[in-house]
Amino acid sequence: MHRQLAILPVLVPLVAALIQPILALASPAAAWPIAVAAAAVTTVLATIALAAVLTGGTIRYPLGGWEPPWGIEVVLDPLSGFTVMVLAAVATASLLAGGPQARAYGAREPIYYALALIVLTGLIGMVVSGDLFNVFVFLELSSIASYALVGSGGGRALAAAFRYVILGTMGASFYLLGVGFLYAVTGTLNMADLAARVPDVSGSSLYLGGVVLIAIGLALKMGLFPLHWWLPDVYTYAPSPVASLLAPIATKAAAYMVARILLYVLRPVEAVGLPVGTILAWAGGLSILFGGILAIRQTDARRLLAYSSVGQVGYIGVGLGLANDAALVGAYLHILNHALLKAALFIAVGATALHVGFRTGGLGRGMPVTATVAVVAGLSAVGVPPAGGFFSKWYLLQGTLEARQPLLTVVILLGSLLAVAYMYRLTETVWRGQSAVPRVTPEAQPAVLISLVVLAFAIVAAGVGNTAIVSHVLTAAVPSAR
Amino acid sequence: MIERHESVVVTTFARLVIPLTHLFALYVLVHGHESPGGGFQAGVILAAGYILMALAFGREQLDRHVNERLCLALASGGVLLYVGTGVPGIVTGSAFLDYSALPLPLSPARARWLGILLVETGVTAAVAGTLIVLFVRLADRDPDA
Repeated sequence: MHRQLAILPVLVPLVAALIQPILALASPAAAWPIAVAAAAVTTVLATIALAAVLTGGTIRYPLGGWEPPWGIEVVLDPLSGFTVMVLAAVATASLLAGGPQARAYGAREPIYYALALIVLTGLIGMVVSGDLFNVFVFLELSSIASYALVGSGGGRALAAAFRYVILGTMGASFYLLGVGFLYAVTGTLNMADLAARVPDVSGSSLYLGGVVLIAIGLALKMGLFPLHWWLPDVYTYAPSPVASLLAPIATKAAAYMVARILLYVLRPVEAVGLPVGTILAWAGGLSILFGGILAIRQTDARRLLAYSSVGQVGYIGVGLGLANDAALVGAYLHILNHALLKAALFIAVGATALHVGFRTGGLGRGMPVTATVAVVAGLSAVGVPPAGGFFSKWYLLQGTLEARQPLLTVVILLGSLLAVAYMYRLTETVWRGQSAVPRVTPEAQPAVLISLVVLAFAIVAAGVGNTAIVSHVLTAAVPSAR
Repeated sequence: MIERHESVVVTTFARLVIPLTHLFALYVLVHGHESPGGGFQAGVILAAGYILMALAFGREQLDRHVNERLCLALASGGVLLYVGTGVPGIVTGSAFLDYSALPLPLSPARARWLGILLVETGVTAAVAGTLIVLFVRLADRDPDA
């Protein structure tokens, strides 16, 4: 039975999404509890699956019983199991916190939850897929649902969604074209099969073209500088529950795909003189600086967080680009830490400020719990122990030193300084500043508070328990361990 | 809003053709195994019948048969049927989407054959429901907005 654990985290949110429109005919009020329950069940299943993988080894699951490379397979190994668990857990928190605000959708509420769960299905499907083309299918599944979710805000969200559609489709097309090149030169789409054939073809220009196209497509989806242009508008203007769902997990799944495809499937790429890793690391470094500097200059709280995402994703880019053991552990750990802290911050800001722009500060003065959680998440973004962010940056610093890249070491340290500046500005103005308008937001609804407090504990737990996470899960996930 | 088309030729012809269209959709669905056709085509033809109904008899006539929420439920129900056909594979310990694991007193090949028909039926419902919703949404759009 434990073999089936590989497919269940995809099926549970998919089925829950499909029930939503049917259930809407009978009892629309059930939409929120069912969505949260489905995400929670997915988290539990993913955790059990990860435990099973760590004890019993990688699960390869042929869909329909058709063996690869002819059939499509789903692969759950320590890295994909870990990523699925992170995605599902953060989505659970976001869906729980999004409930009170999603009521604004009225009769469209069940459709909102259906789309949100399809986003989750697509991201999880991408992560567990063992087939390059299937990754594209799930990527588009989650992307199309995200476009609709972002656009559901109307007004400026529509313009942001349109830009997101154009750039997202370009990213997906680059990826698909790259996969086509690789298929032309190797004749296979299965990742394991492809990895075995890559050494024979690594001199071919089709292969190199494929690698470059895939790297560009995925870097765009990940929001890495200079391909991040779609990101700030999307996370600023998307309806608040949508932003707090997409911002933490969508770019992380793309980051995972970069790791999976460039490091595990197309490994010998550096050997033929194509510096994909170096470029990725420097794109990450520039993301850190660019995102951090622009975040400081923002006057809208959600835009600040969006640029902070560009910066934080940059850390993951640096780790994946350097690709030594410490850097990879740091990158994987940062997938977890950034997902947690960005979910907490988007939920906190969404519950407080909505769109008032944070020049009108002090709106959150009546919200001590929300403010505290925001500060905890901010400390994690800066990298203050025992919050989780400290440890992922620590590993990344080690990685830059091992790779003898002192400039990147400096960039990572500078990034933390920039984070101090923008996080201070955010928390000071939103939750502590003098209110220009005589309006103070009351403390958030219980569901939001539960979600925020759980996230805050998770941020600290990810820091305190980082040795356990690294030694039990992540060291099994770096390529040299295999 | 689409009005009833006041022409005897159009309404009489539509009255004749709509049931035939729906029958043909069923034919295309169940014959998908042996001849050109299948779930997607059947769904498109099924939706075309309803769209013809709206064009010939007006939007209200369509509302008497289907509404948007029902179509959305039909669409997701179709995909659910697709997914559900794959679930027996999980329960029996084989694999998701392994249709030979369907609990039927048939040979594996025959069970797969039937499984594909179930899947195609789901696709028909999903495509028809989606297309009708798309049509209704575009038809109801205020042209001045």
